[in-house]
Amino acid sequence: MTSSKNGEKPQFLLHQDGDSVAVAVDDLMPGEVRGASIKEGTWYTMVINHEVPLGHKFAMVDLAEGDTLVKYGIPVGFMTGNAKKGDYIHTHNVRSARWQNARA
Amino acid sequence: MAERPRLTGYRRPKGEVGIRNHVVILPVDDISNAAAEAVAKVVTGTLALPHGFGRLQFGEDLELTFRTLIGTGRNPNVAAVVVIGIEPNWTNRVVEGIASTGKPVAGFWIEGKGDLQTIADASRVAQQFVQDATEIQRTPVERGEIVMSIKCGESDTTTGLGSCPTVSQAVDRWVAAGGSVIFGETSELTGGEHLIADRCIDDACRIAFQKTYDDCIAVIEATGANLLGSQPTQGNISGGLTTIEEKALGNIAKTGTVPVVGVLKPAELLPKEPKGLYFMDTSSAAAECVTLMAAAGAVVHLFPTGQGNVIGNPIEPVIKVTANPKTVATMSEHVDVDVTGLLRFDYTLEQAGDKLMSVIDRTINGRFTAAEALGHREYTFTKLYISA
Repeated sequence: MTSSKNGEKPQFLLHQDGDSVAVAVDDLMPGEVRGASIKEGTWYTMVINHEVPLGHKFAMVDLAEGDTLVKYGIPVGFMTGNAKKGDYIHTHNVRSARWQNARA
Repeated sequence: MAERPRLTGYRRPKGEVGIRNHVVILPVDDISNAAAEAVAKVVTGTLALPHGFGRLQFGEDLELTFRTLIGTGRNPNVAAVVVIGIEPNWTNRVVEGIASTGKPVAGFWIEGKGDLQTIADASRVAQQFVQDATEIQRTPVERGEIVMSIKCGESDTTTGLGSCPTVSQAVDRWVAAGGSVIFGETSELTGGEHLIADRCIDDACRIAFQKTYDDCIAVIEATGANLLGSQPTQGNISGGLTTIEEKALGNIAKTGTVPVVGVLKPAELLPKEPKGLYFMDTSSAAAECVTLMAAAGAVVHLFPTGQGNVIGNPIEPVIKVTANPKTVATMSEHVDVDVTGLLRFDYTLEQAGDKLMSVIDRTINGRFTAAEALGHREYTFTKLYISA
């Protein structure tokens, strides 16, 4: 687990660098936010396009319909629509790749 | 690291270690609940465990109910058991299953005398059991003698980020101290089941794990149902979890880094050797899962939660750990260990592990968990199929 040297509190966390989504650890409003990856301790500045409540996710990169969503460095589903970097990501644009019947 | 308090527990006749000293009034079947609950009202210090089944079950479903009943009575947190059933045959099977632990156990049946005489007869024995149990002293015990179980509930993304990795610390430390830990939640490994298979200690373990997982998923898929809202739950989704794969990876984050040494059927008695991390085939529903793990012999449970699952168990203390600051703010009476600081980088994962270990040790030594103080005693059986 990383810890910030300058005492900065992250507004979002990634499990590891390369994950296609980050998790808000505060209720976030659209605009610039700062966060870090837990595994490597890399800090990121992102601009998010929607409100993202604590615990919910936004895209770290542009994602297209059919793209695999990666979290923990492992596939966790696939995109059912397009999302731009910074867009809110949840059941409205992602589906399980394993349970084909699980859909919103 | 600060010196830890000496761990104490109740050593049962065959050497097993419990951390609570319950005298249980155990109904064999649903229609004996009333008599069992009446005995618990008459005799102070007894605990009735009413449940919904035990009649007209058959085959493996019946065997699972017997394993659950007998395992509950055998659990080292239980000092003595009064068993009450409608008829003598199945009542005696439960009594005999418990008796080999060497602890006091007696059976009563209602047919031929009715509830009132049964309550009177059972109460006389229950009174003796309680008075004897209150004389059993706590003695020093070793960490490795204490069987732990783990299962998370109402998970969200904060469980995978904070509370599950904290529990992982405890799992690794427990196994390093020579102890055993049970995890389960078969369907909730989907998307990360390969990570568990890779950690199985040998081919026999790996094949048993894979078959258990595949059989469970075959049952789920055969229904053709849309599981969104069930697994992940509505609470999971509100908390930000989107797919079963995402939930599973958070779940698996609590299982430590140690090998998986064995695979257990639901409620199967934990083998004494080898020590280590065991996988049990269970539902991911909290009360069912903890009931099965307690029946296997687990005496203390670690329960990471995100959105705030309130579950407890009548005989196995359940310690709640959360990293969600909203849950701490709104449901603090259910939270035993607050690790929200992990998400703010206030402390390291190892320090969060230290914090959890301190609460585990105090719980072992007698401190009530939040769920115990609030009277959460969910005793819930797993049903495999319809009764005849």
